[in-house]
Amino acid sequence: MADPILRLSGVSTDIAQYHILHGLDLEVPEGGVTMLLGRNGVGKTTTLRTVMGLWRARAGTITFEGRDITALPTPDIARAGIAYVPEDMGIFTDLTVEENMTLAAVSGPVDPDRLDWIFATFPPLRTFWRSAAGNLSGGQKQMLAIARAMAEERRLYLIDEPTKGLAPAIIATMAAALRALKAQGASILLVEQNFAVASMLGDSAAVMDDGRVVWAGAMAELAADSALQERLMGLSVERA
Amino acid sequence: MSAAPDHTPTMAARGLGERLAPWLPVLLVPALCLAGWLAIPSGSSWLTLTVSGLAMGMMIFIMASGLTLIFGLMDVINFGHGAFVSVGAFCGISVLLALGGWAGAPSLMLNLLAVLLAVCAAMLATGLMGWVFERVIVRPVYGAHLKQILVTMGGLIITEQLILAIWGPDAIFFSRPETLKGAITFAGAALEKYRLLAVAFGLILFLAMRGVLRTTRIGLIVRAGVENGEMVEALGYRLRRVFIGVFVAGSALAGLGGVMWGLYQEVITAHMGGETLVLVFIVVIIGGLGSVEGCFIGALMVGLMQNYVAFLEPKLALVSNIALMVAVLMWRPQGMVPVVKAK
Repeated sequence: MADPILRLSGVSTDIAQYHILHGLDLEVPEGGVTMLLGRNGVGKTTTLRTVMGLWRARAGTITFEGRDITALPTPDIARAGIAYVPEDMGIFTDLTVEENMTLAAVSGPVDPDRLDWIFATFPPLRTFWRSAAGNLSGGQKQMLAIARAMAEERRLYLIDEPTKGLAPAIIATMAAALRALKAQGASILLVEQNFAVASMLGDSAAVMDDGRVVWAGAMAELAADSALQERLMGLSVERA
Repeated sequence: MSAAPDHTPTMAARGLGERLAPWLPVLLVPALCLAGWLAIPSGSSWLTLTVSGLAMGMMIFIMASGLTLIFGLMDVINFGHGAFVSVGAFCGISVLLALGGWAGAPSLMLNLLAVLLAVCAAMLATGLMGWVFERVIVRPVYGAHLKQILVTMGGLIITEQLILAIWGPDAIFFSRPETLKGAITFAGAALEKYRLLAVAFGLILFLAMRGVLRTTRIGLIVRAGVENGEMVEALGYRLRRVFIGVFVAGSALAGLGGVMWGLYQEVITAHMGGETLVLVFIVVIIGGLGSVEGCFIGALMVGLMQNYVAFLEPKLALVSNIALMVAVLMWRPQGMVPVVKAK
């Protein structure tokens, strides 16, 4: 089996006096979508932020493409080839859509072909290209957040709940975008509460509880086993 | 799940009120000028006071612009900013006095050259001082506002004492370069040449700063960093380096403001930075923390208000700007041009 693109070994993270991650072990295979699942408050967002160096791991190691990135500053982690879309989208509302995209292309102007691809994926961004990002709707902001991550080719995408609070039509757009990214060979670690979306997009899955990964395997296996879902995530009520 | 829909969003037409809303703070400046014109009986007096107010506002803007960006980018409350004003004034005026032959000659070219060298010396000294200040005083207290206030205030006091030790305890009185003395008469009003120069220079500097912030990548990073520094870093930019650059540039601008303020007053003291700091903070607060445009508008309003009220009711001059700040904050608690900060 090929080496994973991202590996977290025994990672523990504290936020103030709270211990959030407790020796987390997680592997993200190269070239697929790995779903990070679990109830609210189990440490999914903390996991992504710890990988990005936005919160520091107290213990354990994080390796990306075989390189230890545990202690790297956040900008160096991003430049190593990891894109991050936070749960709150992290849009610069005072900047225009164009300026948001320009900023996302760290190494220079956005490649025109890539921009065309982004516009084809998210048509509203072309319409509101020169509008302040703060004036976009929630769905359009999420499109911009994903588009910004797509502005340059990255090896790994960390995306935190991209479908949260969105209408089904917009969720379909997001899913199409993520599939397009996956088709390009990118690896994606996706935190998602919508199990239907997770089932549709995920190749593999890791389920967290209390700051640890308690189950890891193929997404299809998890999707096919209702009892397992209920045991791991208490999904029976939500799916009723 | 169905295929992605074809989005064809449209822009809603905005009403007049909605379109005017972003310009309301800008309109306050002419509104204040109009109020002054109605309140001041003599047209020539009003014109003189308006130019004087605008000149004062421009100088405060130059001093305050760096401070607002420093706060916006890294949440650093720098009470030591006044130290750069004082040091800039003393370094710059010392150079000007050393170039007494050029400053005293009746030649515009030589006078401007002397001022330019004085300004360069002041900006160099305060830029360097800003770099040291950030490393030694500010860096250890990132994220701790109370400690920032205490330690930067301490930095201001130490700097003032150093100035007293180097330049002596007495205020230094001097004259402006020869061709910058006097006034021109326009519409019956005497308009001081230096004030007109300060207005023009301040305006050019504001436009240049705005241009850098709006059209360059570094400007884009600064604007984005003010709103959400964490996300800028997650995109791959080393915001700490940008901040050091902004801190140094802001310190140099404060030094420039110090020279201009000194030339305006024709006297410099070790405490001048601390004294102007009150006005500088008022401007930064009413402008909106982190907003250069807000800082510019706020500075003009403070300058105009101070001059009009000092003419109409001198006893109220001291409280007029505090009253202005209270009024603005009651209208817009985040300042006139609020910068949206990520939580």
